[in-house]
Amino acid sequence: MNNMHSRRHFLRGSGSLLIGFSILKPVFADAPASNGLIGDLKTYPELSSWLKLDMHGHVHLFVGKVELGQGILTAITQCCADELDVDVARITITSGDTFLVNDEGVTAGSQSMSYGASAVRQASAEARAYLLNRAAQKWAVDVRQLHVKDGTIFGPTHQRINYWDLLDGQTINITATGKVALKQHKDRRYIGKKIPRVDLPSKVFGQQIFIQDLRPQGMVHGRILRPPAYNASLTSLDTSAAEKMAGVLKILRNGSFVGVIAAREEQAIAAVDVLRQNSKWNVPHDGPNQDTIFEWLKAQKTKDLFIKDSLTKNPPPIADVVEATFHRPFHMHASIGPSTAIATLGADGVMTIQTHSQSVFETSAAIAEMLGVDLKKVRCQHVQGSGCYGHNGADDVAADAALLAREFPERPVRIQWSRNDEHKWEPYGSAMIMHTKASLDAKGDIIDWTYELWSTSHGTRPGKKAGNLLPAWSLEKPFALPTPINNGGPNFAADRNAIPYYDFGQKVTTHFIENFAIRASSTRGLGAYANIFATESFMDELAIRAKVDPLAYRLRTLKDERARAVLLKATDHFGWSHYKPQKGHGRGLAFARYKNISTYLGIAMEVAVDEASGQVRVLRISAAADAGEIVSHDGTLNQIEGGIIQSLSWTLKEAVRFDPTGIKSEDWTAYPILTFSEIPPIHIDLIDRQGEPFLGAGEASQGPTGAALANAVRDATGVRFYEMPFIPSRIKQGLAQKQK
Amino acid sequence: MPKLRVNGQTHQVNVADDTPLLFVLRNDLQLNGPKFGCGMSQCGACTVIVDGQAIRSCVTAVGTVVGQEITTLEGIGTPEKPHPLQKAFLEEQAAQCGYCTNSMIMKAKTLLDSHPHPTEAQVRSAMDGHLCRCGAHNRIIRAIMRAAHH
Repeated sequence: MNNMHSRRHFLRGSGSLLIGFSILKPVFADAPASNGLIGDLKTYPELSSWLKLDMHGHVHLFVGKVELGQGILTAITQCCADELDVDVARITITSGDTFLVNDEGVTAGSQSMSYGASAVRQASAEARAYLLNRAAQKWAVDVRQLHVKDGTIFGPTHQRINYWDLLDGQTINITATGKVALKQHKDRRYIGKKIPRVDLPSKVFGQQIFIQDLRPQGMVHGRILRPPAYNASLTSLDTSAAEKMAGVLKILRNGSFVGVIAAREEQAIAAVDVLRQNSKWNVPHDGPNQDTIFEWLKAQKTKDLFIKDSLTKNPPPIADVVEATFHRPFHMHASIGPSTAIATLGADGVMTIQTHSQSVFETSAAIAEMLGVDLKKVRCQHVQGSGCYGHNGADDVAADAALLAREFPERPVRIQWSRNDEHKWEPYGSAMIMHTKASLDAKGDIIDWTYELWSTSHGTRPGKKAGNLLPAWSLEKPFALPTPINNGGPNFAADRNAIPYYDFGQKVTTHFIENFAIRASSTRGLGAYANIFATESFMDELAIRAKVDPLAYRLRTLKDERARAVLLKATDHFGWSHYKPQKGHGRGLAFARYKNISTYLGIAMEVAVDEASGQVRVLRISAAADAGEIVSHDGTLNQIEGGIIQSLSWTLKEAVRFDPTGIKSEDWTAYPILTFSEIPPIHIDLIDRQGEPFLGAGEASQGPTGAALANAVRDATGVRFYEMPFIPSRIKQGLAQKQK
Repeated sequence: MPKLRVNGQTHQVNVADDTPLLFVLRNDLQLNGPKFGCGMSQCGACTVIVDGQAIRSCVTAVGTVVGQEITTLEGIGTPEKPHPLQKAFLEEQAAQCGYCTNSMIMKAKTLLDSHPHPTEAQVRSAMDGHLCRCGAHNRIIRAIMRAAHH
């Protein structure tokens, strides 16, 4: 494959303006940069590792952060264009190629802007300063007399020279100082301006842009025979029938890992089906299922993390103590396009893998360990895939492809997982138990809040370890899944948003389970979705007990003005104060500040519950968000609305079904998601905070949406539902119990 | 060897009659529009138009569409001459990851060809079998309604 050509092509189609992820520091504030380097420039201060100017008027950027549809490459382009003072059209980006760019870690954790874009921004500003100083020296003038327009420097007496002629092919070999000031707000041409997503035309006209669309010369098709269940071992395999099938080029067995390579895609699929029929497996029969999972969670040995202890020192008289337990099932990422990779073992012994991984460097290292080769012999190159919403099958299929490509040198081996592969083998968002307890004063206000949660891991990304790669578990010399850890503050993981953003005494404990019931890892928002569901459901219940409007009840203990503003804005648009109750209808609201340090989101919705069928229908939604200063209004709306819809789908419909013999949610029929007719009108107000840090919007709406839905169903039915999803059978059961 | 009419051109393809049309379009004719999503007619990612009907090419044997007019996303418009739906999807920025965009535009095209002025509820109902995971649904509906008013 012509990589450079392809990359340029992908660059043109590289994402929206939207900043889908959080930023923790005010790196884009108007004030000049403070002394010291920001973001990944601290780790890689050499300017030449970030940008190169060729002799033809182009700027080449090299970045480790990758495009996931969140628009990071467009945002990085804008930052460079503003600070280097060039037109965006001059900029090309090489992103996520482990042989060409700095290792900026995983593109996740809401740090692409604060670490990646801020580094490029500062590097570009320093490159501009360097070029201006060179021109000033050349003309023997004061640098302050120079100005720049699209890469051309103008002197005080009609001198002019452009960057490219000035450099004449030389590299800018300097180390960043952190002392060059960034542009003032008024001088920006690109940051904060409305620019349509550059990737959409390719997607609308069917041009090559996705990894699925790559067809390098000589490509063959691989497929993997996945085991029927976790820990199943292959006891016998008869390959004779499959070997005789048309187009079959190679059948690989390595322990319980079985793959096939064929000339055509449908031939590889057919061969795997025949191999499946001719395989025998030892399948374990002990373990939890979706109905016993919560008992299982409670029965596990836990690592207890005390993340907050600020109980009230001299509490007033306690009038009442209330407690409740909430449950969240396992959820899927459920990408529409199954995970795909293309791997080629070159004549030089280098395994090159095109992948939509979020962690190209760590995945390269994990694959190198799995293959038993030096890290220098594995190269990952990022190419866009289908929306992933976290750690899905991307890394595993890259490992699958590498295992097959090793057996078929110098031919690109493409694997696209089947729908069953994706549904059954991706790492899920963990099931959780949340227990809340509040002591109340005579007015029903909260004195102390005690919160405990139980969860398996939300983070088993490759992390440079072969044991985190699915196929490595099945090899003759298998790699074991490493013991997971639960990342602490300020982001947290299972316990993200477990600390309420309200002003009362609090004690919060995480019971982290190192064991696994089924495979689990990072899914949009990690534990925040379930913790906000529990917290905001319980707040609602306490408001009802106190006979106080749930909006007023929250405002009594919510001090942050920006938090209050989003709740007031959302409920104002909803018409909360003049809502007229009607039979079978209900309204609910919720609030959270994502991670307690990121975007503020308030949401209100109205539902109708059909008591006969148990069907919950969401009628309308009003939301308001404060994501700091907004770079792209439309992009932010898109992310928040997408999060609301995905969260409605999780909350209304989704739960992974499983037992020890395997995952039962194996396709879209067994794991339905929300469809067009079920999606309500959604109104979102954005509160733009000019000059404030970008906070990111990609994950902010998951938690509040689920909670507002629960509260609306409570209002419509008089029944509190403590366990998701709100499927008709559960609603009917709850209503029947109420009547008893 | 089936002879196929795709986007107004005739192609002779050297494949068995029972080969899924999707793989012929993607791998033999190198078209990117129709996508593999499920292979089971559940998600709509592979939608193409055959003689005016939106069909799921992942479960359609290539031998069954010989002699019929097959249209893919590439065949309805170009950047220079976009179909009203393509134009509307860009105007409404009606996507996130865009993997399902083919599905949405191709299904909507057959809907608008047969019902040029649908209500929003009719559009939603017609689109129900076409899955999106990013939550771009309401934008997609706006784009289809915009194209209908075109």
